[in-house]
Amino acid sequence: MGLRMGDGRTSVERTSERELVVKRMFDAPVRLVFDAWTKPELFKLWWAPKSHGVPIISCEMDVRTGGGYRIAFGHDASSAMAFFGKYLEVSPLARIVWTNDEGDEGAVTTVTFEEIDGRTLLVLQELYPSKEGLDEAFVGMEDVMPEQFDQLDELLISLGAGV
Amino acid sequence: MVQYSTARLDASFAALSDATRRGVLEQLESGDASVTELAETFRMTLTGMKKHIGVLEQAGLVTTEKVGRVRTCRLGLRGLGEEAAWIDARRKIWSARFDALDDVVEALIRKENIDGSENG
Repeated sequence: MGLRMGDGRTSVERTSERELVVKRMFDAPVRLVFDAWTKPELFKLWWAPKSHGVPIISCEMDVRTGGGYRIAFGHDASSAMAFFGKYLEVSPLARIVWTNDEGDEGAVTTVTFEEIDGRTLLVLQELYPSKEGLDEAFVGMEDVMPEQFDQLDELLISLGAGV
Repeated sequence: MVQYSTARLDASFAALSDATRRGVLEQLESGDASVTELAETFRMTLTGMKKHIGVLEQAGLVTTEKVGRVRTCRLGLRGLGEEAAWIDARRKIWSARFDALDDVVEALIRKENIDGSENG
């Protein structure tokens, strides 16, 4: 059905006109997936993959309930675009809820981590204030031409090789 | 990129928000059916099924044709292409992001294994 689409690993479902739910199983225990999500030096390695086209310039995250984050994307400081918000809830190894405050139609994102036989089921829900917010979210992002992403590849390779 | 018509998406998502209507579309994938047949299959009144068909028809997901006393329903030509494309664009973003997260956690696992063997 058109409401749901999966590629075997990542499923994306529009569960209502304001809500998108993404599910993915990771072959790693919760503590590692949670680390990769909450430590800025790890987070910035994966949050902006090649297909997004725009690399992360800076990544500040104060991952605790009431804390804030600010992530800047761009090819240089002058063209940088910042995404920011605050953490409404941080429950270690279980759940993170944050706001997306850069626009009026920003979602509240909830991600939950559940360990199942040593693997991690990750469920991410985006709840938008209006259906237009969701209709238009991400529009254009997949449009940007990939550039300057060799450095991310190098980072991932060096992370894998250097440990 | 493809521009999605918001009004059409609204009508389609509203139409697809109901389990019976999704069931009707699945049923019609295997062949055309009359409103009466669909009402029987889904154990509802003819009036109830007519309403569901009306919503699907408005969204362009189903077309109907009346021949004699029988109204036959079939999948609309437009199908789900637009909605599928909308979802698929988001799936690609998250899939790419989570593939990269996979790489990171795999590296963390390798690091733990190496640390573990060094310490042990």
